[in-house]
Order: sequence, then C-alpha cells, then structure tokens
Amino acid sequence: MAEKVEFELVSPERLLISEPVEMVVVPGSEGDFGALPRHAPMITGVRPGVIDIYQDGKVSDRIFIAGGFAEVTETRVTVLAEEALRLADLTADTVAQRLRAAEEAVEEADSEPARNLAQRGLLVARAMKAALEQRTVH
Amino acid sequence: MASLKDLRLRINSVKSTRKITSAMKMVAASKLRRAQTSAESARPYAARMERMLGSLAASLAGQTGAPRLLAGTGSDDVHLIIVTTSDRGLCGGFNGSIVRSARHLTNDLLRQGKTVKLILVGRKGRDQLKREFGKLFLDSFDNIGRKGVTFAEANTIANRITGLFEEGQFDVCTIIYNRFKSAISQEVTRQQLVPFPLPPVAEEGASGGPKALYEYEPSEEAILAELLPRNLAIQVFRALLESNASEQGARMTAMDNATRNAGDMINNLTIRYNRTRQAQITKELIEIISGAEAL
Repeated sequence: MAEKVEFELVSPERLLISEPVEMVVVPGSEGDFGALPRHAPMITGVRPGVIDIYQDGKVSDRIFIAGGFAEVTETRVTVLAEEALRLADLTADTVAQRLRAAEEAVEEADSEPARNLAQRGLLVARAMKAALEQRTVH
Repeated sequence: MASLKDLRLRINSVKSTRKITSAMKMVAASKLRRAQTSAESARPYAARMERMLGSLAASLAGQTGAPRLLAGTGSDDVHLIIVTTSDRGLCGGFNGSIVRSARHLTNDLLRQGKTVKLILVGRKGRDQLKREFGKLFLDSFDNIGRKGVTFAEANTIANRITGLFEEGQFDVCTIIYNRFKSAISQEVTRQQLVPFPLPPVAEEGASGGPKALYEYEPSEEAILAELLPRNLAIQVFRALLESNASEQGARMTAMDNATRNAGDMINNLTIRYNRTRQAQITKELIEIISGAEAL
C-alpha cells in the first residue's frame, strides 16, 4: 500500500513520533476515529486513552496519552498530547501507584479549581488502568 | 607593606576561589547544554499549538462570544506581571536586568493609575522586589526547574493564572523573562499572555485559505475553551525553559570572567610576593656586609 499519512505525536516536552503510517486510531472526545490518508480535515479534542498505530495491516505500536488535541488534514495527523507513554512501558505497579495518588489528591483538594484538576488527574489514572487491563486481556 | 606570610595566605585563598569558580563554570556549562536541548525539544509542540490555534481563531474571527482568555475582559485596569528569575545568585546581571525591567514596568503602570499585581517565580527576584512592591505580591514560586523544568511545574503556574483570571482578579497578564539568545547573551523579554495576542498567521488563514475548511469536534468554542488554557501553560513552560537556559548561560559567562580575574590577581600577587622576598634578602645581605665592613 503506497499511500500513507504523516503521523506526529508531540508532548510538551518533546516530539515523540514523526513517521508515515498506514492508519492511526485516535480516541477523540466524541468517540474513537481512525485516520487514513485523505481524511477530511478536522480538529478535535482527545480523551485519555490509547492511540493505535497501524503499519502493514496490523497494530505496530500502542501509545497511551493523557488527553490533548488532534489536528487531521488530508496528508497529516498531529496529536498534541498532555502526556504520552508507550503502552508497553506501563506496569501494573506504577499505574496502581498513580491511581492511589490521584485518589488522594481528589480527597485533599480544598478549592474548586484544585478539585477540578485532581478529578482530571483521576480520570487519566483510571483510563491508564483500563488501558493496561485491556492489554493483558489481548 | 604586607608581610611575606600575608601575601602567601592571600595567594592561597585566591587560588581556592578560582577552583570554585572554575568548577561552577563547568557545572553551568553542562547544565546549559541540557537546558538548551530541552528548550529546543519543546519547540515542536508550541509551534503546532500555535498553528492549531491560528486556524481555530481564524474560523471564529468576527464572531461574538469568543472566550475571554482570547478577547480579554474589555478593560485594562488591573495588570498581572509574572517575573521569572532564578533561585540562586552568582550569575552576573541575569536577575538584575529582570528586576530592573519589572520595576520599570510596575512604576510605569502605577503612574498611569492602573493596579498592578505580581507573581514571582524564583527566589532572587522575590527578595529584590519585596521591599518596594511587597504589598503587590499575589504569590511566589520557588525551586522551579531545580532538576530541569517540567511541564507539570509550568502547569501549576498556568492554573494559578487562569484561576485568578476566572475570579476576575486581573485584566491583562504579562510575563517577564530572559530569552535565550546564546550562551553569552540573554534578552529581557516582555510577553503578553492574557488576552493572548494571535500570531499573524491566523489573519492570513482568515482570508479564505484552505485552512478555514476544518471540521470541529465537538465545536469550535468547546475546543477553543480547552485549547486556550493549554496554550497559556505552554507559553509559561516556554518562558521557564528559556529562563533556565539563560540562567545557566549567564552563570557560565560570569564564572568564566571570575576565573580569569582570579588568574590575573594570582599573577599580580605572585609578582609582589617575589619582589618582597627579593627585597628582604637584599636587605639582609646589606646588613651582614655592612656589619662585616664595620669591624
């Protein structure tokens, strides 16, 4: 298959991936979507979840992202992630630890903005756990 | 005239100072390299964020009800200034020039009858501005970027800013930081964060280019409302990274100068030491000879 789409994954700290891929499946805020070449241009929010990268008809890489934004054009998919980790690098321990820390932060939050922030952290941690469980089932 | 022993002690003390300054220079140089790489690797995100924001703002242009972070509150009576300095000294004019610029801006605004509030990042700036503007301080952050600036730290500051903005605590927000030009030169930069000045690219997009054809999920407004606070965090992050790199650069230069000055001083003192020693020997010889002649 000749046609490919240029996929870029950037986190605030660095550019993580920049390569041509066959398809990416991104967890958009309104539902997962697969982006192939010549996708209609769009900009969307991204929820915490897993990005699947397809090469040669199968998943070549899976990356967990903690929400962000995606910009899709006919030739390019750019994902701005708040945080990105390879799914393979996640371990049950770190995820459990993070979930615990997030739960504590929610309990300790004493103001409205702090609570919102903590809630968000908790959502990310839960999504991370779900992603991990999904991986072990496969 | 200093005795030989005094001179010897003096030379030793300058020598150990030189050891310290040259070690600090090495440390700053290696930290600089790291700070510079992380500043550079943060650029792609900021660039793409700007592009996205540009096309969004272009499609929203002219519509009413744009988020207030972009459009502003409609007045500019209360200014919030974020002053980015370092936690440690011994870095030449790094903190001094930031503090000078902050003081200048604050006084200007106060003269115009505006209200000014300050948020201080870094201990040095806080200490230097405390006496004069202590009453204007809203908050201060220390120990930022001790182990390299992380995005989480920038996010904390940005959240504080958006929080204050939503409470209606200020109308305009400016950040003052040292922009990294090269290892030997930094530039004091004032950047307006709120309301966010759009990059000029956005206006080109507005003139009906292909950029205007994006679909938005869920909606332009919703995305923009998410994107703007995010962008604020990115701008703060960028300023912190630049400031961190500048600090190391400034320290490296300052310590390089100090090491060189210490070297010069050691040379001068050594010459003086040798001359004194020689003079003393000559004096003793004369005393002995003239004593022998007198017999």
